[in-house]
Amino acid sequence: MFKKRKNIIQIVFILLGIVYIIKLFSLQILDSSYKLASRDNVRRRIIDYPFRGLIYDRNGKWLVYNTSVFDLMVVPRELKIKDTAIFCERFGLTKEAFIKKMTDAKAYSRAKPSAFMKQLSTTDFAKIQDFLVDYKGIYPQQRTIRAYPHHALANALGYIGEVSPKQLEKQTDGYYQQGDYIGINGLELEYEHYLRGKRGARYVMVDVRGVEKGTYKNGIYDTLSIPGANLTASVDLDLQKYGETLMKYKIGSVVAIEPSSGEILSIISAPSYDPNKLTGRNFSENYAALEKDSLVPLFNRPLMAKYPPGSIFKIAQALIALNLGVITPATTFPCNKALINCHHHPSPQDVSGAIQYSCNPFFYMTFKHILEQGKDPNKYQDSEIGFRKWYNQIRKFGFGQKLGVDLPNETRGAIPSNAYYDHLYGHLRWKFSTVYSLSIGQGEIGVTPIQMANLAAIVANKGFFYSPHMIKSIGNKGALPQYKVKHSLGIDKQYFKPVIDGMEQVVLGGTGMIAKIKDIAVCGKTGTAQNPHGKDHSVFIAFAPKDNPKIAIAVFIENAGFGASWAAPIASLMIEKYLTDTITRPRLEKYILDKKFYTPKGETEIQNKKLKPKAPAPAKKTPKPNAAVLKDSALLNEIPKPKALIFKDSIPVTKTPKPEVLISKDSVPIKKTDKPNAIIPKDSSGKNKKERRTN
Amino acid sequence: MRGDINFAKNIDWITICFYVGFVLFGWLNIYAAVYDPTLHMSPFNPASRSGQQLIWIGLSAFVILLILIVDYKFYSSFAYVIYGAIIFLLIVTYIVAPDIKGSRSWLVLGSIRLQPAEFAKFATALALAKYLGGIGVRFIQSRTQLICAILLGVPAAIILLQNETGSMLVFSAFILVFYREGLSPYILLLGIFSIVLFVLTLLLDKYYLASGLAVLGILTSGFILLGLRKKNIRRKPIIQKALGVFGACIISIVIVFSVNFFVTDVLQPHQQARIKSLINPGADIKGIGWNLYQSKVAIGSGALTGKGFLQGTQTKFDFVPEQSTDFIFCTIGEEYGWIGSSLFIIAYVVFLVRLISLAERQKDKFARIYGYGVASIYFFHFMVNIGMTIGIFPIIGIPLPFFSYGGSSLLGFTLLLFVFLKLDAHRKQLL
Repeated sequence: MFKKRKNIIQIVFILLGIVYIIKLFSLQILDSSYKLASRDNVRRRIIDYPFRGLIYDRNGKWLVYNTSVFDLMVVPRELKIKDTAIFCERFGLTKEAFIKKMTDAKAYSRAKPSAFMKQLSTTDFAKIQDFLVDYKGIYPQQRTIRAYPHHALANALGYIGEVSPKQLEKQTDGYYQQGDYIGINGLELEYEHYLRGKRGARYVMVDVRGVEKGTYKNGIYDTLSIPGANLTASVDLDLQKYGETLMKYKIGSVVAIEPSSGEILSIISAPSYDPNKLTGRNFSENYAALEKDSLVPLFNRPLMAKYPPGSIFKIAQALIALNLGVITPATTFPCNKALINCHHHPSPQDVSGAIQYSCNPFFYMTFKHILEQGKDPNKYQDSEIGFRKWYNQIRKFGFGQKLGVDLPNETRGAIPSNAYYDHLYGHLRWKFSTVYSLSIGQGEIGVTPIQMANLAAIVANKGFFYSPHMIKSIGNKGALPQYKVKHSLGIDKQYFKPVIDGMEQVVLGGTGMIAKIKDIAVCGKTGTAQNPHGKDHSVFIAFAPKDNPKIAIAVFIENAGFGASWAAPIASLMIEKYLTDTITRPRLEKYILDKKFYTPKGETEIQNKKLKPKAPAPAKKTPKPNAAVLKDSALLNEIPKPKALIFKDSIPVTKTPKPEVLISKDSVPIKKTDKPNAIIPKDSSGKNKKERRTN
Repeated sequence: MRGDINFAKNIDWITICFYVGFVLFGWLNIYAAVYDPTLHMSPFNPASRSGQQLIWIGLSAFVILLILIVDYKFYSSFAYVIYGAIIFLLIVTYIVAPDIKGSRSWLVLGSIRLQPAEFAKFATALALAKYLGGIGVRFIQSRTQLICAILLGVPAAIILLQNETGSMLVFSAFILVFYREGLSPYILLLGIFSIVLFVLTLLLDKYYLASGLAVLGILTSGFILLGLRKKNIRRKPIIQKALGVFGACIISIVIVFSVNFFVTDVLQPHQQARIKSLINPGADIKGIGWNLYQSKVAIGSGALTGKGFLQGTQTKFDFVPEQSTDFIFCTIGEEYGWIGSSLFIIAYVVFLVRLISLAERQKDKFARIYGYGVASIYFFHFMVNIGMTIGIFPIIGIPLPFFSYGGSSLLGFTLLLFVFLKLDAHRKQLL
């Protein structure tokens, strides 16, 4: 009975087997998505971060290095604490903080490590290291951050920070990932590609809880990280530090260049900040404070601030005139104060003497000769032709264009072109008399401190320059190729002799005698950049020694008055420091160090107490002790002339016919505002921000 | 001596080979499933699952020896005693067992844990065989059916109380035994139809389904009633038939509407989730769909030839839950691929078919019914266990015989098989 049902049951068994085999065929062979899902389940990519390249100064001293910090990682599942009170005491935590950290960690994962205490320094870590053995589930994880064995050069070095979502979006090669560090400013940004090295990746397997379970496929996909290249900066750290000390409580810039190579020896933006502030765990806090600071310490003045250069511009004017043949070294002009205001000095002067005494009428005439060469009977047409020639020449000095410095946010400055004036006044509706203030470095010109230093280097080199740069060697491969290109101005060497002689005389017996150094032939030029909205800017450029110059320098102090008063002594001290490594004039040094152009925050009261009895209000009067030294340059012409508006030192100012247009043209950093100190900072801080965003 | 020689000759060595092969291959897979590449543990390490399973295998060998030594008449004679003892044990277990993950089915004796439910299958198979094998007992009699239902129902009910739904469902496997003994195939078909209806209700809108069924019932019964127009025909059976069809439709509609109630009110939340994840496997693969998805990923990633022994990542890194017990097939699928899995399924089916053949060749009714019982139990486990890992059945936590890690189940399945092999070896004497 029912014996046949045996077969039916067996057929049912076989049918089920067939159904399963078919289902497995679709699952294992037809559908490949499970294969990927399985790989994604277990494979984790672990980034092997390379060491970021170090930066050395020209003498092999560390400018930037990496230091270890320790993150304490906690795995909540493994953590066993017998006595929470003792634990908190040992790790310096409050009980509330401990509970909060643990809640956060548990919320993230119970099995995966999360940061419990971040970026402990080696010393802090050493204090708790011994306790770690008592607690299962807490592991130290080493990380590296940037560190600086000094407090200088912050603006040029820049800083690194976590890559922003915007940068991640913009990148084309897909190198960066969330959480990566990237150079944000300064050399860190400029040389990011070299410093970062090459990241390695390790593939590991993890279990369902994310715990590592060994290498993936025996590591065949793993790549090793390659450390970043070490950079050798051309900066002399000692000179830099000395310069920053001198520039304390002053607002402005110092740029020193080695003329024969274009290497930047020192680049100071004052006020600055301690680079150590923008590394480690207080980054965001400190950054916010620096950004809010009204003195904008994050603004890199040497490259980003543009000023009317003042009388130092006369050097370029003299060279152009000589080169164009409109004057000869023997040409003299009388000091005709009817043309343009000047101070008392022997007259007439040739080009050397005019530089020595910074004679305004001489350069008025010189510029007139450049513009009005008689190529056309029409004065307007003649000026048009002459100005075009001048424009082509002045651009060769690097003015009005980027020098190609290896630092971010370099500004062009401004040199007005024919088109500019055509736009301003109309074609053929302007001539020499409209633009004559350019002759003495005023008017619609904007020059950055680094361009000023480059001018000194050009004269020192007698007609050529290398683009100023910070990095003289990447790894051991030398500087970038663009820094080995010699830029020739096409001005014959012979024309430099009278100019250099004049600059020597400036220091020996002219406007810049304060810069004189015993046994060193310093060639310099003072300038007092007229500032219609506040106190004039003090400018000095120089190079030394006269023969075979080793250093060219520009010092620019905002709202500090005459070039000779502050800029010249600072330049002189720095030259001496660099060339001899000694300071023979402690009184001059003290005079600089004691001077405060602004009251640092938090020191207001102390400052007032100190200053009230003795020194006059810092920004208003020339300090007494060195009044004698300053005599030469402190020549004030009291008689106002009808055409010139303000008279100070040798610097008159042209009445700018349409100031609104000027501002809108962004040619010079002058803005209508009542706060003298706010002029540059305000304008530039905004720009700084903007540029940082677009990095 | 002669008896011994006969015994060695008569025992089915083919089945023993399957058994040994399954147990050893299963043991290797347990080792692979929990293998941790960072620890490099030996498969013989007694602290590991494979090491422990080895102990159970040894114990099984001992049990086999005992079974073969004991007189074959013992099992028939003591069937009810064994059944009674197991029922008693089940009740005791239910009372004293600690609550382990909601289940009260484990008897803890020191470091050893036993699950009497695994032995209840054996005892029930024995008792049913004993009863149905009795002289003059015919399954068609409703009294017989009632007694069979009681014999099945008592252990099933206790096991359900212990919250071992999976083990309880195994008792439904005996329907194959009853079918062999004369159960109407319509009842089997009705069972299958109910399951289809159940799944359809979950997949489709129940109102559409109900109206479809109603239309179908009316049309079919109407079609049958058309036969009334013929002359010279007995009217009564036609009307009965039509009413029967119509009644079946109404019952179906009632089932359709009660499915929702059954799913939401009778089933426990985790059981509801298992059914939902089966119907809609893509949904919530991080939550309720996790087990099924990871299981499919494990098997699917094995591709044609598999990742190789100890190379499966899904199982050993705990993505697949219960990878050494209920989901042991994932290891086979992942490490041996489609070829390995297919060979495994073929081997298992051949083994089951062989068991049916062995059962059928018994001259003794008791041995035959017991044999069918054994084959049915293995079949049910095989069908549900593999089916759940590949998404054909809802996840029901029952082991894969001889493969899954676990002492009670290995001992229970060994007991089932070797008692049958013992009976089979003496089939010529059993008359």
